[in-house]
Amino acid sequence: MNEDLKINITSSILISSSVYEVIIARGEAAGAHSKHLWSRAEKVSNFIRADSILGPDARLVYKTYATLYFVFIFDTNENELAILDLMQVFVEALDKCFSNVCELDIVFNFNKVHTILDEIILGGQVIETSSSEVVKAVEESYRCSSSNSSFTPVVRERLQRNYARNQIHSWLA
Amino acid sequence: MSGGPSLMDSIFQRSLEDLIKSFRLHLPGGEPTVISKALDEIRREIRSTDLTTKAAALQKLTYLHSLHHADMSWAAFHAVELSSSAFLPHKRAAYLAASLSFRPSTDVLLLLTNQLRKDLTSTNHIEVSLALECLSVICTPDLARDLTPDLFKMLGSSKNLVRKKAIATTLRVFSQYSDAVRVCFKKLVENLESGDVQTVSATVGVFCELALREPRAYLPLAPEFYRILVDSRNNWVLIKVLKVFAKLAALEPRLAKKVVEPICEHMRRSGAKSLVFECVRTILSSLSEYESAVKLAVAKVREFLVDDDQNLRYLGLQALSIVGLKHLWAVLENKEVVIRSLSDADPNIKLEALQLVMAMVSEDNVTEICRVLITYALKADPEFCNEILGFILSACSRNVYEIIIDFDRYVSLLGEISRIPHCQKGEEIENQLTDIGMRVEDVRPELVHVGRNLLIDPALLGNPFIHRILCGAAWVSGEYVQFSTNPIELMEALLQPRTNLLPPSIRAVYIQSAFKVLTFCLNVAFLPNEAAYSSSSCPINEYSASPSFAGHESFADCEQDKFLNLRVLSQSVKAPSVKYGGDTAVNHVKTSASLPLRNDILTQKSVDKMFTLVKTALAPLVGSHEVEIHERVCNILGLLELTQNEITGCFSREKRNFESEELKAYEIIKMMRDVFSEEIGPVAVSARDRVPIPEGLVLEENLHKLETICSDVQFPISSSFFLGRPHSGERDGVSFFNRPIIEVSESSNESTLLTEHRKRHGLYYLPSDKKEVVSCEYPPANDIKMQDDITDDAEDLVKLTEQSLVRKKKPSQAKPRPVVLKLDEGDEISVAAEKPESKDDMVSGAVQELLYGSDAIPPSTQINSSDKLSSKRSGKVSEVNENVGNVWKSERGTPSSRKSKHHSHGKEREHRSSEKNVEVREENGQSNKQKSGHRHGRHKARQRADGVTNVVSQTPVIPDFLL
Repeated sequence: MNEDLKINITSSILISSSVYEVIIARGEAAGAHSKHLWSRAEKVSNFIRADSILGPDARLVYKTYATLYFVFIFDTNENELAILDLMQVFVEALDKCFSNVCELDIVFNFNKVHTILDEIILGGQVIETSSSEVVKAVEESYRCSSSNSSFTPVVRERLQRNYARNQIHSWLA
Repeated sequence: MSGGPSLMDSIFQRSLEDLIKSFRLHLPGGEPTVISKALDEIRREIRSTDLTTKAAALQKLTYLHSLHHADMSWAAFHAVELSSSAFLPHKRAAYLAASLSFRPSTDVLLLLTNQLRKDLTSTNHIEVSLALECLSVICTPDLARDLTPDLFKMLGSSKNLVRKKAIATTLRVFSQYSDAVRVCFKKLVENLESGDVQTVSATVGVFCELALREPRAYLPLAPEFYRILVDSRNNWVLIKVLKVFAKLAALEPRLAKKVVEPICEHMRRSGAKSLVFECVRTILSSLSEYESAVKLAVAKVREFLVDDDQNLRYLGLQALSIVGLKHLWAVLENKEVVIRSLSDADPNIKLEALQLVMAMVSEDNVTEICRVLITYALKADPEFCNEILGFILSACSRNVYEIIIDFDRYVSLLGEISRIPHCQKGEEIENQLTDIGMRVEDVRPELVHVGRNLLIDPALLGNPFIHRILCGAAWVSGEYVQFSTNPIELMEALLQPRTNLLPPSIRAVYIQSAFKVLTFCLNVAFLPNEAAYSSSSCPINEYSASPSFAGHESFADCEQDKFLNLRVLSQSVKAPSVKYGGDTAVNHVKTSASLPLRNDILTQKSVDKMFTLVKTALAPLVGSHEVEIHERVCNILGLLELTQNEITGCFSREKRNFESEELKAYEIIKMMRDVFSEEIGPVAVSARDRVPIPEGLVLEENLHKLETICSDVQFPISSSFFLGRPHSGERDGVSFFNRPIIEVSESSNESTLLTEHRKRHGLYYLPSDKKEVVSCEYPPANDIKMQDDITDDAEDLVKLTEQSLVRKKKPSQAKPRPVVLKLDEGDEISVAAEKPESKDDMVSGAVQELLYGSDAIPPSTQINSSDKLSSKRSGKVSEVNENVGNVWKSERGTPSSRKSKHHSHGKEREHRSSEKNVEVREENGQSNKQKSGHRHGRHKARQRADGVTNVVSQTPVIPDFLL
């Protein structure tokens, strides 16, 4: 996981798959620094120097919202307090998209979380800092996509039921 | 069912949700089976012709890859295939999979180029977004080169959403393909003037990243940034602009002067902590010469320091440490807060505070600060305790104990530190104990006292972290035993039964120290007159005669002496200062008077007791398999055996005139004393490398020959002892040993043998004999050296002009600072001061070319070769930048031309983009791999037309219009 982080750490804010791990795999031994994070006491500052894990100038900020844990990694091109604000934006966006976000939403919708994040950060650059704008963009993106498919869930369910019925018929016969 | 996917698979396919559920339901430890089962399933499903089945499989695989590190490189082609689906969720799944799993080495990456281009030019902005998001992650030079024209178009897109994403993507494209700068840079600059805040924010963000690498290239854009700094009300944008100015202000003082006021204004007015902090940081790091601004910033820092939010306190301390480098007053002003922060609950804050405290240390307050810190260390948790101790030790030893005036107090402080329960700084303390012992003569009595206190405490032996400290204590106690008030007690401490808890290497040091103590005691007991005589014969000896015990004992390490002084000692026993090798190195006789021993300490009874003690303690160790221990035990027992017989008699005699008696033991002891008579000085780190390898010594020699040496050692004890003293035999041809020993008869032959032996032995012993000066083990090191190298040798140092080498501090306090030996070099670890290569990279090279105009370089020199991609920096640009300097001046001459160019650009935009469209179409027609040279050519031509071609001066001159 550290390797992955290193590969991607070209930009100032790094949100790779690994950060999701930290978000989702709470309590599991997801990696050296997540362990380090969970062992930290309450009510302490949210920054950690991560030079040893992620290379020079890397810093790590974490924040807990109820059962959700977030870790952002950034370098000297970002302002520490601004990143804390950005986490707030991210959480607000999640909250609006999932209406009262909880960890299960993130666990079962990891691709949607990616979409949300992509609206906030792209190529390591912060591109949107208003959570309502983010939500608008994400919703638009998902609205367009709910149409024509060869096997939509409804179709598939019908097919499954038919198949089961046929099986029973043939067994009875 | 290993065949192709069937309809059944499609119908009964588990969705991503099912997969996640199965993970949540599995029994602990069953995860690998769930994964492998899922992977089997995915492998089958992903080959389906039904895109929905494929997409679901790919999503599951992406999930497994992200969370369970499943390999998904094999599915790269499926991701490419799926990306061409017209259905958005499929496309989204495909691009997500690609951005998470594609690496520059992924071979199907190029197959994605056309799909990306198609999506980038799509009318549906969601598709464009997806493509940009993917491109910003997986961009490679090939992709960047092929897609730059499309990106260029999007920089002028009417949709803000698309435009800002395109801007953010350019950063990545630039870093992969520097020629993209030539195409996109102007468009990018135009976006700085956009009315959309997010567009400006993204653009400034890109420039902030670019400026980090090579700020100078972006100086011409300063007016734009300045306008944003003054006009913008968006904190994000302002923070980024401040970061840019922090870089630029350092390069151009006039610019600094101009921006300092607006920054202060923001600092005063803004309610956003993040912006205020950024202002503070910019002022403190880049504009620290503006006194009033710094004052204002420090006032803001103080607000942070007393805030309830620990993040602000932490950042406040960080800001203080930035300012502390140049304005220490700021730190001192906030001293109380800093000291209080040491007991903060937050480890970050504590550490930051500790660094600040150490920054405040000076020779006036070092004692006080150390005192305070140690009380904190006692209360702190183990980790922080050791952080504190590490800081104390490194701050005090900095630059050869520069800030220490009162060494006695410092040494007792070291003793105190050793007893702190969590202390794990054993190695550092050990080094300092021995180092101070060697460098500072005046402190030795105190050092021995501290060492004794540590050694006699049996409880300390149980703590492995303290072993190294004990090792140092044992060494100083043995080396400077003449300052000991009670050598017998010391001996008991060194041989106490609990020493078996020590690791062998340290135990060996203990035994060696016991050897030194024994020699000292015997010498005092046997030879009071002799000692007195030799001390009086020494001109520099200020020894005040104590009636029964000659305090003047010079001890040095036998290892070093035996061979250095072969000849010396055979020439003169009485003169403590001797020459050898015809060189200037001379033994330095210790001048300080030892503490007077009480007469009653060394009575016959106590010496007898000591003998018994040594015997009982060490006899069992003769059979030790540790060669370090074995060797030393044999030495000490040998000495014991040789002297024991006569020692009984010596106390009964009224007159202790042994010279006439010609006791063998007497000779031996005298000899031993002389062996230890050379003082050990500090040795330069590099000294060892300078020791020439003696002829005939093969360092890479196979150690199988050691077998013969080992068998030597197991000889009768006396023989191994004898090995150390060939010169005695040489001197007067009398064997001092009870037993006839073969080596004695062939003294010359034997001495060479011994030399050989010791060399090998010494080599073998190197690691554990770290105390013993390695460089001195080889005899005539000085002969071969050049004269100017001499000062590197410790002994030389002592003798040579002390004034020039020893830095004498004017005693500003009641107690003068003792002399601290310093070496000319080697004390400062020579850091390879190689600056990293210049930070130029291809991008800034291209930017400079654009902004300053440079036409000397054909574009072909800057084509990025694909193997250099990963590294951001490249040496190739240097040629570009060399030329940039030339253009500075020429720019200056035509300020308005550039400015007008800038503004007219906007009007041109429409025309230009249509022109580009044509160009792009042309290019698409061509092979993708081919570089379109004509484009750059045209660009060049336009620049040339702007009239910036007269290359005159080498000195960079900042264009005036900036300021």
